[in-house]
Amino acid sequence: MSKVLELSEKHALSVEKLTMAFPHDGQLLLALEGTTLEVKRGELVCVVGASGSGKSTLLNVLAGLDLPSSGRAHVHGRVALMFQEAALLPWLTAAGNVELALELRGVKAAHRRELAHELLRRVHLEGFEKRRPHELSGGMKQRVALARALAQDADVLLMDEPFAALDAITRDLLHEELERIWNESRLTILFVTHNAREAVRLGDRVLVFTSRPGRVAQEVKVELPRPRSLDSPELAVIAGRITDRLKHEMNSRGE
Amino acid sequence: MASELARSIVLPEVNESSPAPRRGSGRRLWGDVWPKVAAIALILTAWQAVVWSGWQPDYVLPGPAAVFGRLAGDLGHLDFYVGVAITLRRALVGYTIAVAIGSVVGILVARVTLLRKAVGSAILGLQSMPSIAWFPLAILLFQLSERAITFVVILGAAPAIAAGLLGGVDHVQPLLVRVGRVMGATGLRLYRYVVLPAALPSFVGGLKQGWAFAWRSLMAGELLVIVNHQQSLGQRLQFARDLSDAEQLLALMIVIFVIGVVIDSLFSALDRSIRQRWGLLGGEI
Repeated sequence: MSKVLELSEKHALSVEKLTMAFPHDGQLLLALEGTTLEVKRGELVCVVGASGSGKSTLLNVLAGLDLPSSGRAHVHGRVALMFQEAALLPWLTAAGNVELALELRGVKAAHRRELAHELLRRVHLEGFEKRRPHELSGGMKQRVALARALAQDADVLLMDEPFAALDAITRDLLHEELERIWNESRLTILFVTHNAREAVRLGDRVLVFTSRPGRVAQEVKVELPRPRSLDSPELAVIAGRITDRLKHEMNSRGE
Repeated sequence: MASELARSIVLPEVNESSPAPRRGSGRRLWGDVWPKVAAIALILTAWQAVVWSGWQPDYVLPGPAAVFGRLAGDLGHLDFYVGVAITLRRALVGYTIAVAIGSVVGILVARVTLLRKAVGSAILGLQSMPSIAWFPLAILLFQLSERAITFVVILGAAPAIAAGLLGGVDHVQPLLVRVGRVMGATGLRLYRYVVLPAALPSFVGGLKQGWAFAWRSLMAGELLVIVNHQQSLGQRLQFARDLSDAEQLLALMIVIFVIGVVIDSLFSALDRSIRQRWGLLGGEI
């Protein structure tokens, strides 16, 4: 009993021998095989892997969107998920999208508007509350998606390559923003990317995934002081090593 | 390395959705109107040319001047408006019931897998059934009454409305559904907050098509089912044919056409405003 309590207090998220198989062309394709990992409360962990390493599958299972073939994936508390596309509802305004998340969480109507505006302020979108998604740039859409995820008041935020489609400068700004919000809230974040430098820029730890089936091949603790710069040589050295490892993984599979 | 370099020189984000410069509304209105005016002028000219060719005698195919003169005369009579009101009332009643039935059936078929297997393709098949083929049955069931007409109007419109809703639900972006589920919307709440709003454009398309079917069915019905003391548009059309009153006949056809066009343009405006809100308009063509 006491051991379980201790676990749940320390860990925000745990994955144990998770296997995920999909039927494909008449045979089973393994996306994840025996994946095991843990993320501590308040930690920001990045998962980096080539495409096909089951990273998205992992997040979908953690978010409860898919059921695992075998093994266990558990999140302690509420979970929010951000996708590569902002996936805003096109018939709602920026504020409306955030308000919907609040409504579904059970926030009373009287507080929703004010809360939504405050959340949009936190992602620096003051004045854009009434814009519709198609009137926002890619970076602004992801900011709204971030505000919407925060509106869920989740304990764990899962992010599936959320900045992959953005240009370099916008991505840079959003890294700062995400780091600031994480610092203020002490959210637990599991951030998936295929970009080793982005992973080292953000993560307390970086988990390098093998390709198909995916599992943790290497764990890299990043002890560089924050805030880090994407262009710093120290960061580049660590990212370079991770990239080498990824290449090795892909070569060994003949890709 | 090269790709790294390329990535680092990408320009900062630019808001691409700045509205296109608006032309003066007067000029825009004229731009919308003149092609239509030209088309009407062309048709009237062709019509007049056929009349002048002497292909048919005047009392069979009168010219535009005579027909529009007759129409102007009709517009001065209360009878005419009573007829239009009867027809529009029938359309409204039948169409409203069709919307209710079509929506409920559409949602049920979308939700219940067994129902979809059973009647999903039948709904699409019903759409291609000519509504006039229902009339013998309708007359047997309801005699020569307004209920027979309403019955066929509903059967004409409801399948298109159900199919529009069904198609909309089927083509909701899977990503939006996942977003809804992550936010905690399941079951009916998922429908209310995500699926049905997302299906709206397709639903409006179904409403528009349903209206077209309803209007056609109604006209067929009014020609076939003569109800006493109800001088509807279709009935007047039939009487004009019986009396070989070609001017009256053509004048009524113009009225029927104009009503159809006006209501259709209301649906188009609704469709356009939704697309505008959603950012689905591809700019000015």
